[in-house]
Formats: sequence, C-alpha cells, structure tokens
Amino acid sequence: MNKTDVLIIGAGPTGLFCAHQLGIIGLSCEIVDNLDKAGGQCIELYPDKPIYDIPAVPECTGEELTNNLLQQIKPFNVKFHLNERVEHLKKTESRWHVKTSGGVEFDVAAIVIAGGVGSFEPRKFPVKECEKFEGNSLFYSIKDKSIFKDKTISIFGGGDSALDWAIELSNTSKVNLIHRRDGFSGADSSVQKVKELNDQGKLNLYTKFQLDSVMGDKNIELVKIKHDEGEIKEFKSDYVLGFFGLIMQLGPILDWGLNIDKKTVQVNTENFETNVQGIFAIGDICSYPGKLKLILSGFHEGALAARGCFKYAKPDEKLRFEFTTTSKAAQERLGIKK
Amino acid sequence: MAKITYHTHDNKTYTIDVQKGLTVMEGAVQNDIPGIDADCGGGMACATCQVYVKEEWLDKLPAKEDGEEDMLDMAFEPKNNSRLSCQLIVSDELDGLEVSIPSKQG
Repeated sequence: MNKTDVLIIGAGPTGLFCAHQLGIIGLSCEIVDNLDKAGGQCIELYPDKPIYDIPAVPECTGEELTNNLLQQIKPFNVKFHLNERVEHLKKTESRWHVKTSGGVEFDVAAIVIAGGVGSFEPRKFPVKECEKFEGNSLFYSIKDKSIFKDKTISIFGGGDSALDWAIELSNTSKVNLIHRRDGFSGADSSVQKVKELNDQGKLNLYTKFQLDSVMGDKNIELVKIKHDEGEIKEFKSDYVLGFFGLIMQLGPILDWGLNIDKKTVQVNTENFETNVQGIFAIGDICSYPGKLKLILSGFHEGALAARGCFKYAKPDEKLRFEFTTTSKAAQERLGIKK
Repeated sequence: MAKITYHTHDNKTYTIDVQKGLTVMEGAVQNDIPGIDADCGGGMACATCQVYVKEEWLDKLPAKEDGEEDMLDMAFEPKNNSRLSCQLIVSDELDGLEVSIPSKQG
C-alpha cells in the first residue's frame, strides 16, 4: 500500500505541473499513467512538433516540455507508476483507497484526474470476429516474438511498427504485409527495405487492401483481405498483427460517479473539484464554462486543484499563500541552499 | 455561413449553417452531432474526426496536407473518400457539402 497525500492520474504536462504545485505547498503525491513514460499526449502524439504557446517559452517540442517539467519536479522525488491504469476507487472514512490494473494500491487524501482524453489504448480492427482471437492469435503489440517462428503472420498497417516488425519477422516467419494505400507513414528506409524483401520473395506486400474477415476455430487459420476495388484475396495465416497506433479511452473513469458530459468531467472553477468531494479534474479532461484546451490552462487548473487538495490532506492546518521568490518554506521544499 | 450536411451512422441527417472559418469538425461538435470525437481537438494527431465525403465533393475540397493521409491510416475503416473533418475549413466553396460519419471513430 502506497500512502501519500494526493494521487495524480495522468503524467501529461498538467499532471506533472500539479505535482510541482503540490510539492510547493508541502503535500506529497504519486503519479499513475497507462503509458510507459511521462508526457501524455505531448510525448505520444507530438514529441517532435513545436509548441508556441507556453508562456515565456517561445518555442519547444512536446518532448522538451516534458523534460523541463520533470526537471522542475525533481526536488519533490515524485514516485511514478507507469504502465498502470487506475481501475477502482473506494472512499474509506476521510480517505480514498485506489487500485490499479496491475494491483498497485494507494491510500490517499485526494485524487487529481489529469487524464487528458483518457488512457491510450491500441486501436483495434473494425472487424468484429477479431475480438474472439485477441490475445491468442491476434495481437496489437508483441511481447514474445519467438511464438512467430516458422509461422505465417499477416501484419496490417503502414507506420513504423508495422514496417519494422514485417522486416524483422520476415527472417524467421512467412510474412504478409497489408496496407490500405501505396504510401506509407513509416521511415523511407524501412519502406525501401520492405519493397526489396517483397521483390526478393521474402515477404508478400499487399497494398490498397484492408482486412475483410478472419476465420478459425480456436486460433486464426484463414485471413481474407479486400482490395479498394472489391477483389478479395484469402490466405492461410497463423497470426494477425494490427498496428494502427493508439486511441484514447476514458475507461474506468466513467464508473466513478462523476458528472461526465461529452467525455469530459464537470468541475467548479474555484478549485477544480468534481461533484465528488476529494476528486479533482484538471487539463483536457475537465470542462467548465469557458474551458480552453490549452496546456497553459491546465497549469492554472493544477495550481488551484493542488490548493484544493490541502484541506483533505491537512484538515487541521491553514494554507498560507506564499510566493516561491520569498517563501522560506517553499524554497526549502525545492531544496534551494542559500 | 455555409450549409453542411452530416449523415450519421443511424441514418439521421443534420443540415447545419456553419460559420465560415470554422472546420467541418467544429460544425459537428458545436451542434452536438454525434460520432465525431475529435479527441486531439483539431491537431491532425488522432484520426477520430474522420468523415466520408460525398463523391461529387471530393475534388472540390482543399487537397490533403502532409500528414493527413498518414493519420487516416489509423482511422476506423478508412475509405477512398475519407477525410479528417478538422482539416476541412468551411468557406463559400464548401456550401452544400455532404459528409457521412462512420459508425465509430476507434
């Protein structure tokens, strides 16, 4: 059981800055995120794209912003729980008991949801029968590549994951690579390599095709693909892999009794608390009249939510407003030596 | 204003006067037309605002910018007439545009 003042759900820029604000006012926190690294959408959707509207930072990339925020919260030694999704919340007297997908448990005074548009999950095939085979012969990520040795694999997608795995697995497996158009979004060198392998007969490339159906008893046996113009091809396949990037899903947040409207959580603008006492929501996931989905708004919301958490974490103390420029206490928490 | 018609997956039709300068995505979201998630808020970074454009309109739309086709690779059941509605800015030329919204976005 991890005991801390506040649990932050989501390690995007808003969640990270909220951790900073909690640290400044002397509260401890830990952060849970479903991705394998901090940064949220900044890292997952646009790590290399420049951002121009962070106050006092004329230009930075999503990755730079994340690294700077991590640097900024370093003095507080915030503990991260990555690859974990918060599943269950339970109120126990005045505190919350929280459990993640991986069984990590927390005992906290307050919760700040900074979950963006939800947790990132792999985007799946639209074909319904695919669900039946998911996890045994159909995958959206690869954990153990040895199972594919000497098998026939059908890989769908045109990005780097699809291309890289097609190239790698073609060494030990029979690979079909299927993509919806002639162009690819993956690296040019990989596209070149795939075309060479196709010419050499070391893999089969099908473009302008998409998955039509999968058949099999317990495991996939047969795959049908359909051309733009309607032609159907079918071939034997032991495994199907789909690489269509990630999509964001609200997931268990829907079950926590929060007022939710159009995939966002309603909050008040005084301290960004939700309709449930002790649960706050900040950043893209919260909504209120005038809400702007900007990172800078998330910072403001995080600063106020942190102060809103104070009364739950330290009910007998009064929070005094201070500036970091002059507050001895804040500077001590930041580890500044004079 | 330009009239944009949205056909939803459950065979409902919404014809909306959308202010010039807004995107076809914003026209749908602001008028509570279901089926366009637009998770990333119009950044061409998520492919959850996909629409199918009525064939006769395909050539009249502004060409796809770099990256839109790459994003459409990720979309739910992309077709040849797929576009990301966040990339379609409403103008006089788009008056009368008809789009269909897929059954889901992901």
